Amino acid sequence: MTSVQHSETPPPRASPGRRLSTFFFRHPRTRLGVLLALPVAWLVVVYFGSLVVLLVSAFWDTDPFTAEIIRTPTLENFQTIIERPVYRDVAWRTIQMALLVTLADIVLAFPIAYYMARVASPRTRSLLVVAILMPLWASYLVKVIAWRSILSDGGIINWALEPLGLSFDGYSTVGLWLVFTYLWLPFMILPVYAGLERIPESLLEASTDLGARSLTTFTRVIFPLAFPAVVAGSIFTFSLTLGDYIAPGLITSEQFIGTVIYNIRGQALPTAAAFAMVPIVVIVLYLLVARKLRAFESL
Amino acid sequence: MRRKRIAVWTALGLVVAALSVVAAGCGGGDDDGDGASTAIEGLGADLDEIKANARNEGEVNLVQWSGYAQLVDEFEAATGCTVNTKDGGSSDDMISLIQTGEYDGVSASGNASVRMMSTGDVAPIDPDLIPNYADVQDGIKNQDYNSLDGQPYGVPHGRGPNYLMFRTDEVPEDTDSWNVIWDDDQLAKYKGKISIYDDSIFIADAALWLKATQPDLGIENPYQLTQEQFDAAVELLKKQAPNVGEYWPGTPATQIAAYTNGDSVVGTTWPYQYLQLTNASPPVPVKAIKPKEGTTGWSDTWMIYSKAAHPNCMYLWMDHMISPEAQAAVAEGFGEAPVNLKACDLTENENHCDDFHASDESWWDDVYYWTTPTADCGDPDSGETCVTQEDWKTAWTEIRG
Repeated sequence: MTSVQHSETPPPRASPGRRLSTFFFRHPRTRLGVLLALPVAWLVVVYFGSLVVLLVSAFWDTDPFTAEIIRTPTLENFQTIIERPVYRDVAWRTIQMALLVTLADIVLAFPIAYYMARVASPRTRSLLVVAILMPLWASYLVKVIAWRSILSDGGIINWALEPLGLSFDGYSTVGLWLVFTYLWLPFMILPVYAGLERIPESLLEASTDLGARSLTTFTRVIFPLAFPAVVAGSIFTFSLTLGDYIAPGLITSEQFIGTVIYNIRGQALPTAAAFAMVPIVVIVLYLLVARKLRAFESL
Repeated sequence: MRRKRIAVWTALGLVVAALSVVAAGCGGGDDDGDGASTAIEGLGADLDEIKANARNEGEVNLVQWSGYAQLVDEFEAATGCTVNTKDGGSSDDMISLIQTGEYDGVSASGNASVRMMSTGDVAPIDPDLIPNYADVQDGIKNQDYNSLDGQPYGVPHGRGPNYLMFRTDEVPEDTDSWNVIWDDDQLAKYKGKISIYDDSIFIADAALWLKATQPDLGIENPYQLTQEQFDAAVELLKKQAPNVGEYWPGTPATQIAAYTNGDSVVGTTWPYQYLQLTNASPPVPVKAIKPKEGTTGWSDTWMIYSKAAHPNCMYLWMDHMISPEAQAAVAEGFGEAPVNLKACDLTENENHCDDFHASDESWWDDVYYWTTPTADCGDPDSGETCVTQEDWKTAWTEIRG
C-alpha cells in the first residue's frame, strides 16, 4: 500500500463505529482488556467469589439456639470435622466410592472406546457416538429415579434374580455404585476414544514389524499412549462422584460428603462449609497427580 | 515472569480481601430487639386498605409444608394475589428459606417458630386485621410456639400427629405399639424395610419410647433432655440405624413410592402420606395409628416475615387459611385437625373432625408438639441443663453414620 494509492481512495467516513475500531486498532492492550473483561469478571467474582465466601464462612460460629451465624472467627468447625469420627468415615466412604466408580468406568469404557476408534466403520462409529451421548440429553434426575425403580425390591434386577433364588438389596452402597458407574460412563468413554484415535497407525505397524504380538502391542504401545486420556476421563468420574448429593440421597440411606453437607447446612452452615473443604482438597491433590501423569494434554 | 506472578497473586489477594469484607457485611442483621410492633412497612391500617393494597402487590410468596396451601384459586380470584409456594423439607430448611428474604410468610412448626420469633425473622400480628382469627379455638391461641410475651405471632394452621404406619400385609394388623421400630427382635424382622423421617427432631421419638419403657431415665418432655437421657436416645437410634431401609426427607413423594412398591413396610409418617396411599388406585394396604405410648406431632402456624415485600397479600392469606372453607380443605387434604371448628360442617367426610379429635383435648394429651430443644430445658427456673438444638443436629449426623 503506497501513499499514492492512499490519496486516490477517499478517506473512510468517520462514523463512531469506525472511530472505535481505529481506537482499538491503535491500542491493542486496551482491546485485549475489553475483550477479556467479562470472562475474567465472571471467573473472579462469580467463580472464585463463591469459593471465597465458602472459605470465609467455614470460620464462623453459630448460635446454639437460633442457628444464626455469628461472625466471629473460630477454628471450631475444622476441629469438629477432624475430631468427630463420623466425618472421617463419611469422607473416606465417599473417596472409596469415587475410586471404585472410576475404576469400573475405565474397565467398561476402554473396550467400547477402542472398538469405536480402531475397529468400527465410520457409520457404526457415529451411531455409537450418538448412542453414548444420548443419555446425556435426558435429565439426570429422571435417570436416577429410573434406577430407583430398577433397584427396587420389585424391580427388574430382583425379578431376574428371583428364579435363581437370589435377592439383591438395591438401595445400598452397591446399588449406588451401579448408578454412578452408569451416570458418568460417557464422561470416560469420550476422552478415551479421542485419545485412542490420536495414536498414529504407523506406530502399531512398526510394533508388528518388530515382531510384537498383539498383546505386547497393547500393553507396550497402545495403553501407555492412551493412559493420559484415561486419567483425563477419571478426573470427571472421580470429581462428579465426590460432589454428588442427589443420587446418594435417593438411592441409599448411607451418608456421603454431599448428603452430609446438604443435611447440616440449615443448622450448621459453617460446619457444612468446613466439610466442603474436604472434597476441594481431595480434588486439588487428584489434579496434581493427574498433571504429573500428563492428563491435561489429553483434555 | 516473576514480577507478573507477584502481580497475579496480589490481585487475587485483593479480590479475596474485598469479597470477605462484602461477605462479612452481608446480612449483618439489624436487631431491633423489641418485637412488639405489628407494623410492617406498606401494610394497610384497616381491612379495606389492606384489600386495596393487595391488588397492587399482586402476589404472595410462601414457604410451606408440602400440601398446605389450599383453595389457592379461590384466594387468587378473590384478592388478586397470585400465590407462589416453595416446599420446605424440615424446619431448618424453612428457617433458611425465610432468611433469604425472598418470601412473605411461612407455615412454621414449633421447632421453627420459636427460633424465628426470637430472632425477629417473623413479626407479631394484629388480630383485628384478621377477621377469622376470632373463630380459632382458644386452646390453640397464645401458646409458646405461636406467641411471645402475650403477643400472637401468626395464625394457627392446624395440628396433627406423627403416625406409625405399616403395611397390613407384612405387619400384624393389631399392632398398637412403637416396639415394631425399636425392639431388637422386631428390628431383625423388618430389617431394611423401616422408613424413618430424616431430621434430628426424630430423636424426640426415641426419647418418647424411652419415656414409656425406661422410667428410670426420668424423661418428662421428649424435647428437653439432659445429657444422660439424650445419650440413651442416641444409643437407641444408633442401634436402629443399620435396620432402616430409608430415611425419608421431608418430601412425601419418596415415602409414598416406597410403601407402594413394598420397599418400606413400617415407619413414621404424616397423615398426608397415609391419605395418599389409601386413596390411591388400587389402594395400598396400609394402616396408620397413634400407638399406645403416644407420639410426637405438630401444631403449625402461618407467620409473616418481618420485612415481607407483600404484607397485605400475606395478611389476606393468613385470614384465608383460617377461614372455615380453607380449614376444611386443609384438614381433609393433609389429614389434620382444623383449628377453626366451623370447618367441621364443611368437610366432605362429616365425621372428619371427630376422626381427628379436633375438639377432644384429652386425645392430644400424649401428642408432643415439635419444639426447639433449649439449654434451660424450656423453663428458665428448672435449674437443669438440657442438650441444645445444635447438639441434636450433630448427633443426627452421627446416628446416620
